Amino acid sequence: MADAFEFKVTIPSDTAEGHSVQERILSSLEEVGFPDKDLFGVKLALEEGIVNAIKHGNGMDPSKNVFVECDYNGSRVRVIIEDEGSGFDPGDVPDPTDDTNIDKPSGRGLMLMRAFMSLVEYNDKGNRVVLEKVRSEE
Amino acid sequence: MSAGQRRLDIEQIGEVTVAKFVDKKILDENNIQMIGNQLFGLVEEDGRKKIVLDFTAVEYLSSAALGKLITMDKKVKSAGGKLRLCSIRPDIYEVFAITRLNKLFDICDDQDAALQGF
Repeated sequence: MADAFEFKVTIPSDTAEGHSVQERILSSLEEVGFPDKDLFGVKLALEEGIVNAIKHGNGMDPSKNVFVECDYNGSRVRVIIEDEGSGFDPGDVPDPTDDTNIDKPSGRGLMLMRAFMSLVEYNDKGNRVVLEKVRSEE
Repeated sequence: MSAGQRRLDIEQIGEVTVAKFVDKKILDENNIQMIGNQLFGLVEEDGRKKIVLDFTAVEYLSSAALGKLITMDKKVKSAGGKLRLCSIRPDIYEVFAITRLNKLFDICDDQDAALQGF
């Protein structure tokens, strides 16, 4: 398909670099006419996923990298974000909407990714996440 | 963006302080840190107690930004004050609804509604 694209990039643990990758993915999706309402969710999920990898995964360690793969096949975009940290168990993240957690200032990133993307899947180690968004019908 | 740059436009309307976010995107870590410091300063340094946060300009925000808003809400409440949020666009409101923070915060449609009965 003419609209399809894919690329891979490796970035250091630096949020400015993370934002450049986000911009690249989002501008590529804009070029192929990805709907605005879907872009909002993809942007949010990328922000959470990349920041998680840099901050929580790699602990901002400048010697560690984040690997990002993006591919779009004309109907869905898939972004894989992998860090060099020891991973985490998504099942251990408490429900931020629980009454006991509602006023805690952290723990909402994963929930937002799940709400806005079609698929959010971690590997067993918990240092690699696959994010997919199926393009909405217009 | 320089370190000391104002991230909020402040307007005093009677007893109420209206703080308007300047940024379209509240995402970047440094930016969120600066916004947090400026927000907290309204309560901790200026002693303001009735505060409206106006989101008219805001197109995106991350979970880290939500964290600052929650901390701000706690600071205002513990100072015996009140915090209201207003003019949140539907996309962003969805973020508050998904995380159930629409129940935690007092959210008004627009600035006029937020100033009513404050």
